[in-house]
Amino acid sequence: MDFISILSIFVLACFVGYYVVWSVTPALHTPLMAVTNAISSVIVVGALVASAAAGSPLAKWLGLGAVVLASVNIFGGFAVTERMLAMYKKKDKGPAQNGAKGGKS
Amino acid sequence: MEHAVNPWVAVAYLIAGVCFIVALRGLSSPATSRRGNRYGMIGMAIAVATTLITHDIASLPEIVGAIAIGGGVGFVIARRIQMTAMPQLVAAFHSLVGLAAVLVAVAAFLNPGAFDILGGDGNILAVSRVEMALGAAIGAITFSGSVIAFAKLNGNMSGAPILLPARHVINLGTLLLILALTAGFAVAANAGPGENGMFWAVVALSFLIGFLLIIPIGGADMPVVVSMLNSYSGWAAAAMGFTLHNTAMIITGALVGSSGAILSYIMCRAMNRSFISVIAGGFGAENGGGGGGSAEQRPWKRGSAEDAAFLMKEAGSVIIIPGYGMAVAQAQHVLREMGDLLKEEGVNVKFAIHPVAGRMPGHMNVLLAEASVPYDEVFELEDINGEFAQADVAFIIGANDVVNPAAKTDKSSPIYGMPVFDVDKAKTIFFIKRSMGGQGYAGVDNDVFYMDQTMMLLGDAKKMVEEIIKAL
Repeated sequence: MDFISILSIFVLACFVGYYVVWSVTPALHTPLMAVTNAISSVIVVGALVASAAAGSPLAKWLGLGAVVLASVNIFGGFAVTERMLAMYKKKDKGPAQNGAKGGKS
Repeated sequence: MEHAVNPWVAVAYLIAGVCFIVALRGLSSPATSRRGNRYGMIGMAIAVATTLITHDIASLPEIVGAIAIGGGVGFVIARRIQMTAMPQLVAAFHSLVGLAAVLVAVAAFLNPGAFDILGGDGNILAVSRVEMALGAAIGAITFSGSVIAFAKLNGNMSGAPILLPARHVINLGTLLLILALTAGFAVAANAGPGENGMFWAVVALSFLIGFLLIIPIGGADMPVVVSMLNSYSGWAAAAMGFTLHNTAMIITGALVGSSGAILSYIMCRAMNRSFISVIAGGFGAENGGGGGGSAEQRPWKRGSAEDAAFLMKEAGSVIIIPGYGMAVAQAQHVLREMGDLLKEEGVNVKFAIHPVAGRMPGHMNVLLAEASVPYDEVFELEDINGEFAQADVAFIIGANDVVNPAAKTDKSSPIYGMPVFDVDKAKTIFFIKRSMGGQGYAGVDNDVFYMDQTMMLLGDAKKMVEEIIKAL
């Protein structure tokens, strides 16, 4: 791919990001940061390329280091987002809300 | 390398990128958010699998080991972390993305052949040099900036701004030097693998500038800083995506970059401050001239937990305004319990959240969700502000600046123009606060303390709410 096509994708993706993010409800801004953090770890692709290649041992180990760091983010980021999102509940419409939600702590 | 040979590879990365867009789109409502998160995971799995399948892997066991170690650590942290510590965690995670970007850029510099960016003359392609230098620079700034943000949020470092003399000159000079070195690196005649020290200078200076940029910014401005670093981590990923010609990385980088930028903008708007003034730092360092020389003793009323319990039980509607103090005291669970008890008494209970309450965007919403407060009882500033005039009780717990009427009336106040809750219109105000001495992060006195309808509940937020529950 030539530079201009890549640049076009980048610019258009910025606009997509702009509109998508404005539609995120403010109540979910913390999960938004956690999940964007997780997906920005797609940098792991670069880390894998570096660590897979033969040629420079130093580059390989740096790549492996980056794979470890990015993996922390990928697994940690998605897991913590999942944990947060699971907590958001609507008012239970059932038998009156008299604290009988059985919520722990 | 086989890249660009198989068009399906490009399609796979494109699908991964689209999954990430859908993931963010899911966050438009809590009902669809978990499905969105799953799309994010699928996208990541596609990106990783595609990369592994399409490259000749010389070291598969090491790679699997690296993923297992990192993944295990990340997973355990995600399971164990307390919800109140979420801002620190996000800052820590940002620092990892930043450092990973630096490592990838350095690896590309040392072994450009693996990235397909080695020109015919034995030099790294000039465009790629710019991309890798910028990727490394943004990554390094993200890393060191996030480390400082983490230390400030986690309490390893004082939240007070640290102001170096002539810091604007130093920072601007360093940034210009980084750009000049990047340009020099791009046009240098000797730019083979690992050659040319200008790249190393860019990396070193970027680590330095990351520290320098964040130390003058005070604790209360951390929501903006965390959002901004979020944005940087995206731009770093995008820069490396340019180096690798990888659409998944570019789309993701652009998404994350704009997401962080929009969040920073929302935070700044909620404080009525310009982004530049936040980044310049120093807010809360000087004891703002606000409050119009009202530092002398003014009369205020002290209430008791029993008073609060009695009045709220009799009230028709109560609006609860949580702030960072609630997070510090871990009072969200008892607060929910108090709300439930009041609801049993037939009181209409609502929660009101200011965009900058807490230490990161949406911080209070997560804590209330953790305490099982249904999200349809939690309201944003503009949605609930009209209701204070009809409310019997405004219950302020750990918030301060976001209810300060000086933001509406006192032009000399540092927080003038910031949108605030109209608590002064409520019939009765309960204000939980540690003591009368401390002030909000803006260092401004708050007229609400001294109003006729205000009762101060002095003490630890959690203990105070527990006492109110007992009295109910």
